[in-house]
Amino acid sequence: MIQVIKPGLYTSVQDLGRFNSLHYGVPVSGCMDKTSASIANAILNNNSDCALLEMTLKGGHFRFKVSTNLCITGADMSPRLNNRPVKMYTAIFVKAGDELILHRASQGSRCYLAVSRGIKTPKIMNSRSMYKGITASFRIVKDDELAIEETESKLKSNAVIKGTIKKNENIFLYAYKGPEFDQLKPHQIETLGSVSFTISKDSNRMAFPLEENFSNELDPIITSLVLPGTVQLTPGGKLIILMQDCQITGGYPRILQLTKTAINSLAQKQPKNKIRFTIT
Amino acid sequence: MKSDRYALKYHHFNENSILIEWPEAISQSILEDLTHFKTKIKKSESSPYIDQAVSAYQSLLVQYKTTIMSFEQNVRQLQSIYSSKALIKKRKSKNWKIPVCYDSQFALDLPELCDKLKLSKDEVIQRHCTPKYTVFFIGFLPGFLYLGGLDTKLAFPRKATPRHYVSAGAVCIGGQQTGVYPEDSPGGWNIIGNSPVQLFNSDSKKPCFAEPGDTLQFYSIDANKHAELKTLEPNDFLIHST
Repeated sequence: MIQVIKPGLYTSVQDLGRFNSLHYGVPVSGCMDKTSASIANAILNNNSDCALLEMTLKGGHFRFKVSTNLCITGADMSPRLNNRPVKMYTAIFVKAGDELILHRASQGSRCYLAVSRGIKTPKIMNSRSMYKGITASFRIVKDDELAIEETESKLKSNAVIKGTIKKNENIFLYAYKGPEFDQLKPHQIETLGSVSFTISKDSNRMAFPLEENFSNELDPIITSLVLPGTVQLTPGGKLIILMQDCQITGGYPRILQLTKTAINSLAQKQPKNKIRFTIT
Repeated sequence: MKSDRYALKYHHFNENSILIEWPEAISQSILEDLTHFKTKIKKSESSPYIDQAVSAYQSLLVQYKTTIMSFEQNVRQLQSIYSSKALIKKRKSKNWKIPVCYDSQFALDLPELCDKLKLSKDEVIQRHCTPKYTVFFIGFLPGFLYLGGLDTKLAFPRKATPRHYVSAGAVCIGGQQTGVYPEDSPGGWNIIGNSPVQLFNSDSKKPCFAEPGDTLQFYSIDANKHAELKTLEPNDFLIHST
């Protein structure tokens, strides 16, 4: 068990997501930054679908009730184990009673905490990813106890990966043309590829709205399918980038579609960070 | 059914998805064509490479298990599946009977709707319970059915300011559409009743009973019946005919 002493700002259990359920109207969910999450699992020799904790902007305080190996990746939340700094991107052995505290993110936005063989909260519709209406809760709260398996010894491999999230690293996001891209006017396309946009403070696991106004003359579309990474243009002239917990359908024109790599890097941006689109 | 009925547009949506679009219209014949194509894809030789195929009004998303290496080649495969005359039994659509309590304790917006539409409460209920609505697809929320076929006399604009809380089971009208909220949610549609039917259950093998192509009819029940049915599993009282 991991005992949650403080959950942090917004912390949830996530894995690769819920597949084969879109036709019931169920979002795919899953880790926002799959690169960081998969590195954490790989370092622990876990299967890629092991569930881990995703912490947003500010980490939590956890007490381990059994020994295990853990690995922390993604945003740098200055992790401390029993009040001593611990390394990220490597396996750390913890004993029953050890306490891990994570702070505000100095770099990046989302920090992942993986443990050996993953967090064992119930699998619902083939996934442990928390989502309102699907799993019993949609985020962890104080005094939650998260099931994990005991691991008695330190992991033999000493894999370390030098992969940290750097401040404002690469503001360019690669994007494909969306289904309604061709309806844009030449000057709109020009703007889309040449100005920088600001990530709104209202960003969450469902969507990252952008602050700037963007002229819009497109009609709404007949409700159609959207994906994480779909960039929608609202009638009010705002751009919204859909993320992992997005609904499966939408009625706004879909002008761009982020690459999967771009979604991972966007997931690590903080509110007010700038981004630019590179249309491929 | 005749093949090649529509000129379809194929769009490379992301690394592993292709979006197929029918002409911009909402119609029964597009729904049938789309559902038939979806079934043929699932039974085709390509199916082991396909993760899922999911539809909306006039669009179909095909998600492959791995990155698409050649969009053109995949489109050719899909086109040949579309035009194939494969004899696939069409799934028999079901007609579901959904109980609704239009009692004032639930029907928060019914007085305003009656007033503005100049219809009595009974007329609204009767007009709402008459059509066989078509289930086009499930979206917006898990288990939210997009229904076609609302009596045009009942069309009523969405609320200018959405409610922060609409309770599960709320039966609503929003513009030209009617629907049932499967879970507590914020919402801008006008609430005219409540159904005790659980539209979505993530613990169930089939989380949502209805499928695109099915039809659905509402029938009126009183508050006592509503309370009684609320305690039962949908399987114990949901009636359907084929």
